[in-house]
Amino acid sequence: MEKWYLMTAAVLLGLTVRWTVSLNSYSGAGKPPMFGDYEAQRHWQEITFNLPIKQWYFNSSDNNLQYWGLDYPPLTAYHSFLCAYVAKFINPDWIALHSSRGYESQAHKLFMRATVLIADLLIYIPAVVLYCCCLKEISTKKKIATALCILLYPGLILIDYGHFQYNSVSLGFALWGILGVSYDWDLLGSLAFCLAINYKQMELYHSLPFFCFLLGKCFKKGLKGKGLVLLIKLACTVVASFILCWLPFFTEREQTLQVLRRLFPVDRGLFEDKVANIWCSFSVFFKIRDILPHHIQIMISFCFTFLSLLPACIKLTLHPSPKGFRFTLVSCALSFFLFSFQVHEKSILLVSLPVCLVLSEIPFMSTWFLLVSTFSMLPLLLKDELLMPSVVTVMAFFIACATSFSIFEKTSEEELQLKCFSTSVRKYFTCFTFLPRIIQHLFLMSVITMILLTTMTVTLDPPQKLPDLFAVLVCFVSCLHFLFFLVYFTIIIMWDSKTGRSQKKIS
Amino acid sequence: MGFSCHSTDFEVHRNWLAITHSLPISQWYYEATSEWTLDYPPFFAWFEYALSHVAKYFDQEMLNVRNLNYSSSRTLLFQRFSVIFTDALFVYAVHECCKCIDGKKAGKELTEKPKFILSALLLWNFGLLIVDHIHFQYNGFLSGLMLLSIARFFQKRHMEGAFLFAVLLHFKHIYLYVAPAYGVYLLRSYCFTANKQDGSIRWNSFSFVRLISLGLIVFLVSALSLGPFLALNQLPQVFSRLFPFKRGLCHAYWAPNFWALYSAFDKVLSVIGLELKLLDPNKIPKASMTSGLVQQFQHTVLPSVTPLATFICTLIAMLPSVFCLWCKPQGPRGFLRCLILCALSSFMFGWHVHEKAILLAVLPMSLLSVGKAVDASIFLILTTTGHYSLFPLLFTAPELPIKIILMLLFTIYSISSLKTLFRKEKPLFNWMETFYLLGLGPLEVFCEFVFPFTSWNLKYPFIPLLLTSVYCAVGITYAWLKLYVSVLIDPPVGKTKKQ
Repeated sequence: MEKWYLMTAAVLLGLTVRWTVSLNSYSGAGKPPMFGDYEAQRHWQEITFNLPIKQWYFNSSDNNLQYWGLDYPPLTAYHSFLCAYVAKFINPDWIALHSSRGYESQAHKLFMRATVLIADLLIYIPAVVLYCCCLKEISTKKKIATALCILLYPGLILIDYGHFQYNSVSLGFALWGILGVSYDWDLLGSLAFCLAINYKQMELYHSLPFFCFLLGKCFKKGLKGKGLVLLIKLACTVVASFILCWLPFFTEREQTLQVLRRLFPVDRGLFEDKVANIWCSFSVFFKIRDILPHHIQIMISFCFTFLSLLPACIKLTLHPSPKGFRFTLVSCALSFFLFSFQVHEKSILLVSLPVCLVLSEIPFMSTWFLLVSTFSMLPLLLKDELLMPSVVTVMAFFIACATSFSIFEKTSEEELQLKCFSTSVRKYFTCFTFLPRIIQHLFLMSVITMILLTTMTVTLDPPQKLPDLFAVLVCFVSCLHFLFFLVYFTIIIMWDSKTGRSQKKIS
Repeated sequence: MGFSCHSTDFEVHRNWLAITHSLPISQWYYEATSEWTLDYPPFFAWFEYALSHVAKYFDQEMLNVRNLNYSSSRTLLFQRFSVIFTDALFVYAVHECCKCIDGKKAGKELTEKPKFILSALLLWNFGLLIVDHIHFQYNGFLSGLMLLSIARFFQKRHMEGAFLFAVLLHFKHIYLYVAPAYGVYLLRSYCFTANKQDGSIRWNSFSFVRLISLGLIVFLVSALSLGPFLALNQLPQVFSRLFPFKRGLCHAYWAPNFWALYSAFDKVLSVIGLELKLLDPNKIPKASMTSGLVQQFQHTVLPSVTPLATFICTLIAMLPSVFCLWCKPQGPRGFLRCLILCALSSFMFGWHVHEKAILLAVLPMSLLSVGKAVDASIFLILTTTGHYSLFPLLFTAPELPIKIILMLLFTIYSISSLKTLFRKEKPLFNWMETFYLLGLGPLEVFCEFVFPFTSWNLKYPFIPLLLTSVYCAVGITYAWLKLYVSVLIDPPVGKTKKQ
């Protein structure tokens, strides 16, 4: 690619933004006794380094599961072990058993931030660069602009480098999986995706589209010949990778069960804290958590989730295509986010990743979605005192997208990929021509609402009787947005016909 | 980026806010509670005064003179915002400059147009970002004033340019270094309204009116600035604050100029002399120049340098370029080159030069760099070494990735965009220059990553600083000489481009 230096500049810019955000506060800074996610990660390094594998997921006198017990799959544990190994060389006090609880110092913060940066640099960023270089039918400049915008997405930067997590590892692996599967490197792609699932179990949100896409490919190749071979190879790869990751935990049945119990805490209820999904928003009017019994809650959430994602998945299985795959990833992850069990607000990142991937195809709606996704995490970011970095990164992202893709000019029906849908509707309602204008007005209203809510949350104090007013409002508004986007993306998938796919790509 | 860390300059400006806000004018230049006394001209003091009125809405406590080293988060916020806000002037100046340049005909793409490259090089100038937003100063809007006055000269609005420069002088007197360029240019190209056929002076075209009006502008501005202090009989005190010659030849960290090379050479000679028993160890003063304190020291082998000597050297260094500007004026472009040469000469030979002063030369040089390939090559050497020499300003561990990444970003962008702009001419760098620039990488690795873990770290802690300043001094001297040569051998007439 000729413009390698511009791509390097884009990556370096992304790195700069990441590191400068990381200079801010982290989750639970200076807040004993529980602190926050930062302390959780440090604690996992302590546990994995000092205790034998068999005790990692079990409650014991050395490992109090109530104090940030491990609740991610084994790959996270191995990663923590690796970091702890490095930490031991620099300063063993950071991971000393028991005595390092709540350890906070500038040097330690530097070390932890550096681990995030290195993981990002090794896994996520190369995936993004490779993805953008492989995009078809767009100019080099647009590829670099896409890479820049994806790397500047505020949500991931703020959560990973501010709040402190390692989402870039699991999202990076998932992205490698998407790359592999889209360009017919099926085995490597599924291996990468299995690694992603084994890093964070929330990646299961993406698993259905992968499954349907690969199944569809097998069907296309013919189930009697090559298709069957492919199916068997894929199955073997998946099983092998799981066995490899879980090897130490397969020795005893109790081990495996305990890990599963930690990964999927079904006892914890439909939702926790304020999250922008249906159940939390619904509970404003109807206290569903308290009224319905536990197993009914699980059933309802199960049904709703699968009902909303079934059409897209069936279509993907019958007509597998990389474009359909990407959009199905979006709608599936969004369905899971809205209707599933025990969703955290950070899980919106799982939806944001596929949306980033379709940034070059529908820039206007994707930018809108990514802004809303960052806004939905506002209460969390405010709790971590990340207001200033949030504002700056959101503005930078918006400016980057607006100038690279000139989004405000791309709101015609064709650009929004709604042409087929509108044509079908016009068969019944001939006056249905005002869709672009509606969407533009909605966008304006949405931005104004978001800015207003942000300002209110920051400057005003909530009334005494409703201390969570602003957080609930943020969740409610975001939920409405997400429902709208779910409908939109489902429409695109369902009305995407063969003629739609041969349309000129937006240049 | 600005909200992370701060340096002593932050405390300096907080102190000045406090002084100007809480004390009457008669006390401004006498106040000495803090070690960071007011040492900029009166306009800057008035600027701080204006800022302090906004500051009191952020945090009243910072305006108390006794609150030394006070730094609440709101104070930090206010200070950072004030820099960002005043940078608006810099952005406007860049906009004006881009209108004036008439670079090579380039490709159709936006990123290849000289205007775009110039604005990127100026707005994202690594040195300015580091010095202003991380280290904390107000160079953005001051440089904006200078660039704006240059732009006005290009647009033939000389009176405005002169006015802006006079104002600038009273904001920060370091710009006195480039005053000869302004003076000679205005005299030669503005007061003498026409030239003879071969470009030499036509004495009878002298316009007294213009001379008087220029003089009036300068006089009025100075009166506005120094008037109150003249009335209070405080001028000597003001000047003693503005020009503190008690400080040593070199700053704690040597600016990479001629005196750095001189001192390094002196050190080398003294070490050799000691080894070969030519020098008596008892005669050598105990304190060395590299111990990091800002005081007056003597050289051991070579003759010591006095302020007067540096002044004379600077004058001699500036003379050829000023002479050139007088004898063969080439319009605003010639003025720009002379300005850069004056700034560089004063950087090379000045007394107590701070390495931040390299920005004085780098920013105007950006304007030239999109014009000719030779200038682009000089610009790249100057800017890369100049920016690298700013590294020791940020020495804490969290800032390390930022400064490396930003430097890489700027360097890669500037080199590649200028190379693309001039790709039809011969390559920008010869092998020697390429080698030198690439050597910066290993130097950085050695100074920041390898050296702290060696045993020499305790015995000779100044070695990384010394190496940095000597290595950069070589590059800057080379760029300076190359620019001088290109100015001197440029043919006199027929080269005045229509701007």
